[in-house]
Amino acid sequence: MAESNEITLTIDGHEVSVRKGTTLLQAAQEIGTSVPHYCYHPGMSSPAMCRLCLVEVEGAPKPMPSCVTQAQDGQVVHTESELALDMRRGVLEFYLVNHPLDCPICDQSGECKLQDYVHEEGREHGRSREPKRVFGRDDFGGDVLFYGDRCVMCTRCVRFMNEVEQDSRLTVVERGNRSIIDTFFEEGLEGTYWHGNIVDICPVGALVSKDFLHKARAWDLDHTDSVCPSCSQGCNVSLHTRDNLVQRIKPRENLAVNGWWMCDYGRMNYEWINAGHRLEAPLVRADGDTRAMGWKEALKALLERAPTAAAHGVKAVASPHASNEDLAAFQALVRDLGGEDVLYRLRVVENERPLKGFPNLARRRELAPNADGAELLGMTRVGDDDASGGLDEVADHDGLILVLGDDLDDQGEEFGRNAACYIHLGAHGGTAPANAHFLLPVTTFAEQEGTFTNRDGRVQRFWPSMETAGAARPPWFVLGVLLAERTGAPAARSAAESFAQLSSRVDAFAGLTYEGLGARGAVVNETVSLTGGS
Amino acid sequence: MAYPYVSDQEVRVLSTHFGDPSHRRVDTYVERGGYEALKKALEVGPQGVIDVVKDSGLRGRGGAGFPAGVKWSFMPKDSGKPHYLLCNADESEPGTFKDRELLRWDPHQLLEGCLIAAYAIGAEQVYIYCRGEFFETTQILAKALEDAYEKGYVGEDVMGSGSTIHVTVHVGAGAYICGEETGLMNSLEGKRGQPRVKPPFPAAVGAFGMPSTVNNVETLSAVPHIVKNGADWYRQWGTEKSPGTKLFCVSGHVERPGNYELPLGFPLMKLIEEVCGGMKDGRALKSVIPGGSSVPLLNAEECAACNLDYEGVQEAGSMLGCASVIVMDETTDIVKQVRRMVSFYAHESCGQCTPCREGTAWMTKILQRIEDGRGTEEDLDTLLSMSRQMTGTTICVLSDSAAAPVVSSIEKFRDEYLALIRRGERVGAA
Repeated sequence: MAESNEITLTIDGHEVSVRKGTTLLQAAQEIGTSVPHYCYHPGMSSPAMCRLCLVEVEGAPKPMPSCVTQAQDGQVVHTESELALDMRRGVLEFYLVNHPLDCPICDQSGECKLQDYVHEEGREHGRSREPKRVFGRDDFGGDVLFYGDRCVMCTRCVRFMNEVEQDSRLTVVERGNRSIIDTFFEEGLEGTYWHGNIVDICPVGALVSKDFLHKARAWDLDHTDSVCPSCSQGCNVSLHTRDNLVQRIKPRENLAVNGWWMCDYGRMNYEWINAGHRLEAPLVRADGDTRAMGWKEALKALLERAPTAAAHGVKAVASPHASNEDLAAFQALVRDLGGEDVLYRLRVVENERPLKGFPNLARRRELAPNADGAELLGMTRVGDDDASGGLDEVADHDGLILVLGDDLDDQGEEFGRNAACYIHLGAHGGTAPANAHFLLPVTTFAEQEGTFTNRDGRVQRFWPSMETAGAARPPWFVLGVLLAERTGAPAARSAAESFAQLSSRVDAFAGLTYEGLGARGAVVNETVSLTGGS
Repeated sequence: MAYPYVSDQEVRVLSTHFGDPSHRRVDTYVERGGYEALKKALEVGPQGVIDVVKDSGLRGRGGAGFPAGVKWSFMPKDSGKPHYLLCNADESEPGTFKDRELLRWDPHQLLEGCLIAAYAIGAEQVYIYCRGEFFETTQILAKALEDAYEKGYVGEDVMGSGSTIHVTVHVGAGAYICGEETGLMNSLEGKRGQPRVKPPFPAAVGAFGMPSTVNNVETLSAVPHIVKNGADWYRQWGTEKSPGTKLFCVSGHVERPGNYELPLGFPLMKLIEEVCGGMKDGRALKSVIPGGSSVPLLNAEECAACNLDYEGVQEAGSMLGCASVIVMDETTDIVKQVRRMVSFYAHESCGQCTPCREGTAWMTKILQRIEDGRGTEEDLDTLLSMSRQMTGTTICVLSDSAAAPVVSSIEKFRDEYLALIRRGERVGAA
């Protein structure tokens, strides 16, 4: 950056150097000062209409909207001066003149910017004695309910649909304080693919999710950083849980992947994580009888039976929903038992659903989070685009069959019947898994930590957000223990150690460290092409 | 003809032909020396036009009073982009009715001004944005434009000069805020009529994202006279800083309300007493709003010393605005008048900025309550502090305009508010 592009200004007594073109609001963020705002959002244009971000600039005749005012060299700015505070207090009072103050029944309560700002610096008592304007509610279609009376008219939702999704479904109708957000005639948000984001960016409780409506109070939710498991894009998300159930998924900012956004498909595809029918103990089938066992006992029996069966050949099937660590540990065990190829099946749909206003962001065609990881490990994709078929040779195999994560929903009762030993690691049971000699309960991505590799080769971490079901354990752990028992080498005791084993063994991952991935991920040093994609 | 009322004190430059329908005809206009200024402008070149208008000191007649020639000189040279001239004929300020008359009686005077200005700023396209309610006026203007096209004053090769200037009459839908220049541009582009954040200013990014200049009807109507007769000729009227003549729209409690063209600097009381024939039925003066509803009220004492030029009215404690003089006598209920004005602003607020959207509506409710006899003295403090938070805090000045009469009326006529609040006494209530 050329030196002439740097300017220095003073904000609240602190000197700060920023690039030319930086707004006062952004410059203030550089020194950790957050100027209250509604209409400004970093991912959209700034209409400068909420007037909450007004700051005092020495020499300026009027308070300036910091979201659009570009910083000038030598400028002296006050965000906390008497004038600035007075203006903000005024604007906040104006907001409350018609606001219903229905926080006790509002979904946004606890994460509402109107609540926050008024608590921080609003007036103690409002002065309005007048009857309030009433708009009522409206169903905007899709997952969105509109509570007009709570709206602060920041128009973020309108701008998101216009500028980011680029499917203009919302507008402001009427004017003055009769202004209200509305849909066009009978057309609502149905048929749009990213509208859930308008609920996220609504700073108040005007736009709420029907799916989440009255499900949980914001302060009762635990937030866990995660990666969306619904497609190969790998949007950074946060799982919001309560009572060991995922209540909703929210996008998490990562400018390299998804900005501030996530698609509605990924957002709504979480009920399976909460599904109750889980495998909770290792099930071992012998002599026509299936018995629940402790891990130690089960693994001991497995280690006795598997090598003999492996002598007749090893067939292995993994899932692109498993983490890099799980897949790598699986592959390592398969190879140790004398196997080579690991198959995986991937659901690929016809259409991508791009978000037009953000580069390289789409609900991808490949509906699994880690197909890229499987490819980088050299696994082989089989079957059709609906993730079925391709396992004929496995189903009838008379040696050792190992399955990780694939529920084999398309496979019949005959799957694995001929196998000398069939080992299945899964979270759920099913018709085919029921034939397994060793049905081992493992965790879902929401119950363990690990990494996924997205379609662009970005390795991203996710963290455990739920308690595990029964005796389920992470696959990398179970598989690592089995391998250690056979080889005598130490088993990984954490996902980090498991990742370290992976990165030392697989070239594509060389140089990456688990800690170094941080919360934003890092890109592998090899590229592979997935079946789908544009 | 006695266009509704005339006075021998008037200096009729722009309004010479008010009341004469024959002047709308292009032939009559040309016979009387019309389009000579355009010919002269084409001879002296754009910079020559800008210079003479600058020297004349002509100030924008839309309300802000910014020097027109200076505004034109802000237009970029060699930008490589199309330039636009926008004529603001969205006359909506309560109390103002001069542009309508200029359009109605002398449409060619405006067209000639538009052509000269467009030539000066290098615009090949002029949009005349007419207020939606101007049905008759728009028809007259459209006919005049048709004639001017036919005669070769407008279009390709204007008067054989090789310059192209097209003019389009665009009719708005009748929103006050579309008279704000950036609101006008949005409306013209087919968007919601909402003011834009400045900067960027219109000269840089205006209509359709191109360099644009917005001028009021009266400003542009004065241009042919200045170009034709010179800056010194124009400066024979008015004051040093406010040269020339101005149309004053006088309404309210005077014997002869109407449009009067007077030199700037004309004394307000002389306007009321002599030009307008004095107060209605000889009643006493209470207050004058000198520049349209957006400016502070003057009380009788302030009126006595007020000269009607930009500086003079400011000294008296208000603004000349678009010189719409609303005269109110002793029977006027100030609270009701202010409530009526504020409710206008609440109705016309575009609703973007919070202080305006919420403030104007809230103010209306408070004032209505006071008017209904249910006010408290704290309400006055609330109104004043709201006014402070509505002034200088928004994208445009609509909320400032709503606050101005509230503040000035509470300062100058507090007794009237208190009489109503404490004793339920209303002025003018029989």
